[in-house]
Amino acid sequence: MKVLIIGSDKTSYYLTRRFIAKGYHAVMITHDAQQGRQMARKLQALVVVGDGTDPLVLDEAGVRQCAIVVALLPHDHDNLIACQLAKEMFGVPRTVALVHDPENEEVFRQLGVSVAVSVARLLVQVIEEQIGYEAIINLAELAQGQLAITEVVLLGDAPAIGQHLRDLALPDNALVAAVIRDDGSIIPRGETQLQLNDHLLLVTRPDNHSIVLSILMGATA
Amino acid sequence: MTVALYVIVVGCGRLGALVATRLSQEGHSVVIIDLTETKLANLSADFSGYRIQNDATEVEVLQQAKAERADILIAATNNDNVNLMVAQIAKVIFHVPHVMARVFNPAREAIYQELGIQVICPTKLSAERFLQAIHTSTTDQT
Repeated sequence: MKVLIIGSDKTSYYLTRRFIAKGYHAVMITHDAQQGRQMARKLQALVVVGDGTDPLVLDEAGVRQCAIVVALLPHDHDNLIACQLAKEMFGVPRTVALVHDPENEEVFRQLGVSVAVSVARLLVQVIEEQIGYEAIINLAELAQGQLAITEVVLLGDAPAIGQHLRDLALPDNALVAAVIRDDGSIIPRGETQLQLNDHLLLVTRPDNHSIVLSILMGATA
Repeated sequence: MTVALYVIVVGCGRLGALVATRLSQEGHSVVIIDLTETKLANLSADFSGYRIQNDATEVEVLQQAKAERADILIAATNNDNVNLMVAQIAKVIFHVPHVMARVFNPAREAIYQELGIQVICPTKLSAERFLQAIHTSTTDQT
């Protein structure tokens, strides 16, 4: 399968190298002549020097035979045009564009690009997942460790979401002391229904602490 | 005067500034968008429209320019790909009925005409005028 990569940075180089290692037939377009010579030396690939958003250059690189075109240029508008020309003029079935503005992921899809990837959005997602693992914050230990006050956040698939407090079957000597919400914090009662993103203040003992966490938050706790 | 139109002009270079000023003088509502403050400041006093200093390839900026209400969008920056991107966002996302883009490279012209963008190619227009002038002068001599 033939793959065309348009870009001049390190990412383009490593991506091309990866594709070659996986057995693809890779072609690269770079606008930088010096870079192009270096790439051609290091890679088992045809490297074309020129503007990857120019139909003549795309044609010269053999875009017609490519199964996929990947545009990794530093400007979103150049990646859009490269992908559109590949698809509309040369009939390439799949196009992938790097976007810097996360909003362009949706815009590019509407304009016919198969996949648009925002590094900013991906990083935010990875970082938020990391923060998610810190959904349990140990606030204080009282009475020489006989009682602990913990703050937990009900995220994603926590089993307590949507449940009434009285139905949760919490063990004796454990208490949900407060529910902190964006639209106001409450001291909960049996009929209080827990919601996604609720922050709960728990009072527990060492012997029931992990039981309470798994009832509220499930297996991840 | 004919009906007043709402026109967004993207790019305040020589072309954008000229078109925007003319339309403004004709009594149309014109918004002009450019990244550079000095270019917007250098618009002639005959321009009575609205100026936005920002990047028109961002959807938010066209929203700010109320693109959903525009009758015409003219993409006239000095970058073909910027013009084509802005024109398509205007057409597909904001449903602007009449979208025009300046595109220097004639090789890019046909495909975007097909996608519903009216492409104005100065290279081709100039070439045609030169050829026309040559044909006229040689015909005159005979």
